Amino acid sequence: MTDTGLPQVQTRGLTPRWKRFWRDPLVMLALVTVVVLFLMAIFAPQLAPKNPDLNFPEGLSDMGAPMPPNSSFWFGTDLLGRDLFSRIVYGARVSLLIGVLANGAAVLIGVFVGLIAGFVGGIVGTLLMRFTDLMTAFPVLLLAIALTAILKPSLWIVALVIALLNWVSLARVVYGQVLGLKSREYVTAAESLGASQTRVLLRHVLPGLLPTAVVWGTLGISTSVMLEATLSFLGVGVQPPTPSWGGIINESQSYFTSAPWLVAFPGIMILLTALSFNLLGEGLREAIDPSAKRTGF
Amino acid sequence: MRLLLERIFQGILVLLAVSVLTFGLAILLPADPARMVAGPSASVQTVNNIRHELGLDKPILEQFVIYLGKVLRGDLGRSYKQSVNVTELLLSRLPATLELMLAGILFELLLGVSAGILAALRPGSFLDRSLMMLSFAGVSLPQFVLGLSLLYVFAFKFPIFPLGGFGTLAHIVLPALTLGISGAGWYARVVRSEMLEVLGQDYVRTATAKGVLRSVVITNHALRNALLPVIGMIGSDIGVFMGGAVVVESVFGWAGVGKLVWDAIRVVDIPVILGVVQLGAVMIVIGNLLADLAYPLADPRVRYG
Repeated sequence: MTDTGLPQVQTRGLTPRWKRFWRDPLVMLALVTVVVLFLMAIFAPQLAPKNPDLNFPEGLSDMGAPMPPNSSFWFGTDLLGRDLFSRIVYGARVSLLIGVLANGAAVLIGVFVGLIAGFVGGIVGTLLMRFTDLMTAFPVLLLAIALTAILKPSLWIVALVIALLNWVSLARVVYGQVLGLKSREYVTAAESLGASQTRVLLRHVLPGLLPTAVVWGTLGISTSVMLEATLSFLGVGVQPPTPSWGGIINESQSYFTSAPWLVAFPGIMILLTALSFNLLGEGLREAIDPSAKRTGF
Repeated sequence: MRLLLERIFQGILVLLAVSVLTFGLAILLPADPARMVAGPSASVQTVNNIRHELGLDKPILEQFVIYLGKVLRGDLGRSYKQSVNVTELLLSRLPATLELMLAGILFELLLGVSAGILAALRPGSFLDRSLMMLSFAGVSLPQFVLGLSLLYVFAFKFPIFPLGGFGTLAHIVLPALTLGISGAGWYARVVRSEMLEVLGQDYVRTATAKGVLRSVVITNHALRNALLPVIGMIGSDIGVFMGGAVVVESVFGWAGVGKLVWDAIRVVDIPVILGVVQLGAVMIVIGNLLADLAYPLADPRVRYG
């Protein structure tokens, strides 16, 4: 298990938790995958061998069927004779955009709601947390489908909907942590030294929330990517011709027995992305979140 | 008893809030509902008539009161595309979805709990690590990818099960397995960590020291306690599965509520889509209530009183 062929990281001077993080082969594999995915999204125009939106006449057989993977079209072609490999490379842009932007916004909302509710308390806090409780009772996927279908599906609507739905559990965790942090000695000490509420909030409470936000932010990317893929698969996500992994499967699902590569490659990409962010998030949880339970990774 | 009443009250509040929200959504709608009912070729006069008929020309507040009154009586309005009441439509499709859900929960428990127990028996072992890795993969795989893969392998390459559709017992296996596998990962992880915690408790050590068989210790002493959180998970899964039903039913052509949504999305039949959201909320509330009721049965220490 020790020799994985992965770059050995200099771990001297790190805490045992971080050492375990950098030495866990699975976590490192996930980290490498994440970096590769980001590079793929950023350099999609340079990496994609063909124009993803172009219908190649040679991309369809004489019968007009999509081509299986071959030397010219590495992942085969889709129903319109477009290069699947190039479309998948570009599809990484949609997934990561949603993962970073929509989920980033959700993390901000979650931290904000939890922080204000816990720090201010009183009626404002109660109302905010009641509202949060209410949100947990919503059927998330159904609501996302309804929202996107009603507001006319597009990339930005999907991002908005995910941002508005994905903050709930984080807000609850942050709320609990803020209550805990507020009673810590160093916060009481700062208050008794005459520090203003804003200063206590920004200098003493907010930094304490960073580990939680990072861990949930990473795990949330996985949820968001899967949610976007599911919405696009159902036809209420990113709209064609923009290539998205879920959308590619949506377009070709009725042909999946004759052209299984059209489901397999985008499906593997979604799995790989969601799994990597999940593993990375769990690794980070063990390394920096003191409330983390040992899960066996 | 008080806690239970509180829970029921909370549930009613949630349902009310969902109704308010769906009403708000219907108002946000960029398209004109009357026009959608009438169809694109209808005359302005017809559209106006329909608007009057639907009560859409009344002030918003009045519309809201009427709407709320209807929802409380279980009337979710009429479908734009099929001239049927949405409630009737939902109720006619619900049994198929419940059937699928039940089978899904069964698979989920079977796979998740047994994987969790197996992993906890020898923590850190190869089996443990593989099972946990699998559970991670399970929760990272969207249901539509899993469903299509299962269809490809077990219905097309090796035609053991039918390629979608519904009716017989064979039809339910793959869609239920799809729901089950994608949820089993969470169960496996929770059961594993609960088992590890319980197995470290004094009473388990005492039982072992007394010479009770290990298999008896595990099933009688440990498992019973380790399974308690699973009750709550099943309760919340009832709601989660409503979303999963849309995906799974559309992949497998299962004629339940989820397929109804999938068809409604194509034709932007808003009352049907919103009706299912409300049904989903009802299911979540019911699921959580059932879990609350089941806790004291499974754990005598829990009492509402």
